[in-house]
Amino acid sequence: MIDSYGFFESPTLALLPFYPLISFLLLIVFAKRLSWLQVSFLSIGAIAISALSSLVMLYQLQTQELQIITVKLWSWFSVGHAEVNISFYLDALSSVMIMVVSGIGLLIHIYAAFYMKTDENFSRFMAYMNLFIVAMLILVLADNLVLLYLGWEGVGLCSFLLIGFWYQEKANVLAARKAFIVTRIGDTAMAIGLLMLFNTLGVFNIVDVNQTAQNSWQAGNDSAYWIALLLLGGAVGKSAQLPLQTWLPDAMAGPTPVSALIHAATMVTAGVYLIARMNGIFLLAPEVMQYVAWLGAFTLLLAGIAALVQTDIKRVLAYSTMSQIGYMMLALGAGAWSAGVFHLMTHAFFKALLFLTAGSVILALHHQQNLFKMGGLFKKLPIETALFFIGLICLLALPGTSGFFSKEAIITELWSSPTAGAGLWWCAIIGALLTSIYSCRLFFLAFLGQSRKEVHNTDGIGDELSRLRFPLIILALLSLFGGLISLDLSSVFITNTSIIEHSKEPRWLHPVAIITPFIGIVFSWFYFKRYRQNTGIPIVESQTALVQFCRNGLGFDSLFDLFIVRPYCWLAKVNRRDIVDQVIMLNAWYISLWNDVLSTMQNGKLRWYAAALGLGVVCFAAALLGGNG
Amino acid sequence: MNAIPLEHVLIFASILFSIGFIGVIVRKNTLFMLMSLEVMLNSVGVAFIGAGSAWQQADGQVMFILILTLAASEVAVGLALLIQMHRRFKSLNIDKLNRMRG
Amino acid sequence: MNSIMSSGINIELFFYLAAVMAIIASIKVISAHNTVHALLYLVLSLLAVAVCFYLMGAPFAAGLEVIVYAGAIVVLFVFAVMMFGLGTDETLNAPQIRGLSIWTGPILLATALLVELIYIISHSGLQKQLSIDVVDAKQVGILLYGPYLLAVEIASFLLLAGLLAGYHYAKPEEQGGHL
Repeated sequence: MIDSYGFFESPTLALLPFYPLISFLLLIVFAKRLSWLQVSFLSIGAIAISALSSLVMLYQLQTQELQIITVKLWSWFSVGHAEVNISFYLDALSSVMIMVVSGIGLLIHIYAAFYMKTDENFSRFMAYMNLFIVAMLILVLADNLVLLYLGWEGVGLCSFLLIGFWYQEKANVLAARKAFIVTRIGDTAMAIGLLMLFNTLGVFNIVDVNQTAQNSWQAGNDSAYWIALLLLGGAVGKSAQLPLQTWLPDAMAGPTPVSALIHAATMVTAGVYLIARMNGIFLLAPEVMQYVAWLGAFTLLLAGIAALVQTDIKRVLAYSTMSQIGYMMLALGAGAWSAGVFHLMTHAFFKALLFLTAGSVILALHHQQNLFKMGGLFKKLPIETALFFIGLICLLALPGTSGFFSKEAIITELWSSPTAGAGLWWCAIIGALLTSIYSCRLFFLAFLGQSRKEVHNTDGIGDELSRLRFPLIILALLSLFGGLISLDLSSVFITNTSIIEHSKEPRWLHPVAIITPFIGIVFSWFYFKRYRQNTGIPIVESQTALVQFCRNGLGFDSLFDLFIVRPYCWLAKVNRRDIVDQVIMLNAWYISLWNDVLSTMQNGKLRWYAAALGLGVVCFAAALLGGNG
Repeated sequence: MNAIPLEHVLIFASILFSIGFIGVIVRKNTLFMLMSLEVMLNSVGVAFIGAGSAWQQADGQVMFILILTLAASEVAVGLALLIQMHRRFKSLNIDKLNRMRG
Repeated sequence: MNSIMSSGINIELFFYLAAVMAIIASIKVISAHNTVHALLYLVLSLLAVAVCFYLMGAPFAAGLEVIVYAGAIVVLFVFAVMMFGLGTDETLNAPQIRGLSIWTGPILLATALLVELIYIISHSGLQKQLSIDVVDAKQVGILLYGPYLLAVEIASFLLLAGLLAGYHYAKPEEQGGHL
């Protein structure tokens, strides 16, 4: 089956995203009538089939010489000459994405089935998780921009539903709302960008867009600049980069599997995917690529600083995610496309591992998330400690781990890149330093030192924790050895316009990059000595003004509150009676005025009627006179 | 001989008509309304007579006689109705007769 | 010639005087409080108008005005007022004149009407072709019994109807005088 482009068509691909959709529908309809076992089987089974299909597709892709598979399901609508279809496009980039999404998704679903077992809305939870996988798969498989936007909105919706899953708590709902609104700003920018793209190029199909852009525009083109900027806006919103990063820490209000799946592994990487997919446009706008790189760098540093002073274990991991995505953006901005995507994959592995292990810890401590109330878990939860340790060394990019390979891949491209440079290289190094420092702090506070909280170690918890370990162990193996997976993305990314010269770099670049995490570890070993030692002195969190400022995300929330939220609320209060409505009501007022006049005139009094007669005569005579005179 | 210009007569009739008209509208007492109506009819008569004498024809006076007849019968009926109104409503206020409103 | 001219001027002068009196009397009619006073002013107005008729060369009309209008119709008014006590509650029904506010509307309306009528009249160009002479009773009679015979008969029907209606409605309640 060959389609019009000469690509192979595959029915497996066509059905890939829809297994979880079926499961979602069934779970929503039969929500309370199914048992835990049935719900779990249904939801996990659907994801498993999708994951299996992804493997099949991967194999099929290898056999194609063009490395591209497409399938058209049906025709959606057409605008002028442009056709928008529901069709999927699989190349090396999307195959990586679908493997990550469905594979990590599967592991997280298994974890979640045990984690959320006692929740009374379990089937609703699994239904939403499935829906999320559907939306994400559609996003990465979409062959045209409209379908991509559909997936984009779908993941935003699921994020909202899942963050506010425990909606009885007002704080959760507010966090969900905040996430939705902030990403909405990005979505609007992206929509405008897509429409501008259509306006100038006349096609929606991504392959066509990239080709037409390459053919019609020169580098530095004005439209390319603006479109790339708007698409960047969308990516920034979804991936929680500066300046739209404020929603991610608050999104930790959702259950831990949600944080792992959506806010670590998959949804927040959608922005990275978008930029990678639209690389044709971005290559034509080098200034925007510089912006991407600098935004990534600033987010990297900002998040690292904020992570240094957090008290909640999940918030540390949230800022860490923000920081690592900053790395990916940095890579893309520097033109190291493959490196960025590779880091996306490895990050998914170890961040999911970290989040899920943190979930186990939280569960074991009866939903205690404050780091300063943990400690000494090394003895009570040894396996979890080991898993967390594995995740952290991948995060630190110590040699041999997957994180090492991906992070080094990024850092080596920075120095000589035309859109990045030495400054960004140093930002990346400092970022790595910060990463190691906050990771060590996290580890020491939570797992070493004296235990400030009793671990409730009845058999129930022990059994539960052991069931949760199975997916965690697989994730740990992936994190350690995933770096050996070689990704060949050269078919996707055109590199003829940005070949990075490595020959003119200083010799000490590479060694410095490798040593940096170790410097951080040594520093933390001595600086955070009291955290890791079992002294009798109680540890309290620092409350100085600077620390508070950093803890609150470096004041961005207050900034937005002051400049955007407050004026808007004031304006809404001023316009309480809605000026536009009043203007329209003028019409009604006018008519009711005439109603009053006429009904007063019909009062049954003879004198009024006589006067009306006289008035009529006067008007008539005036008309006659006016006509003749 | 040209005695009184026709325009002047007609102007005079118009003034009387207006005065009668004001009286009809302003006064609430039905009796006064009838009197004002008489003034108006009278003014019409002035106009006819003036026209007749201007064109030297007797038709003007004939019309005046007919108007006179009309006025007489109208006053008769009107006063009778006035008496009925007085019996029923115990007042001559014409604003009390407003059941034809709406 | 001089006497004719002066008599022409005299005729005009008297006409204007009588006209002014008629107008003033009419104003008093509509603005009086006491019914009988208003009726007397009405009589005055009618008499002034009769003078005008006479000066316009229509003596028959002048006579009829006095006899029928002032002598019969107004007397009918007076009888009605006196016999049925219609004048007694005049003070109760006097219009509540709060200053001149109630008069402004109708005055404006009537003034507009007046202005229009005057405009129409004065721009017709009638007067150029006219001369005036007396049209006496004989001519009126010939016309009445000639072309206007039918009108006379119908007028008599009208009077009959008025008579009957007036008689019926003015009967006391017990004898069946109701609407």
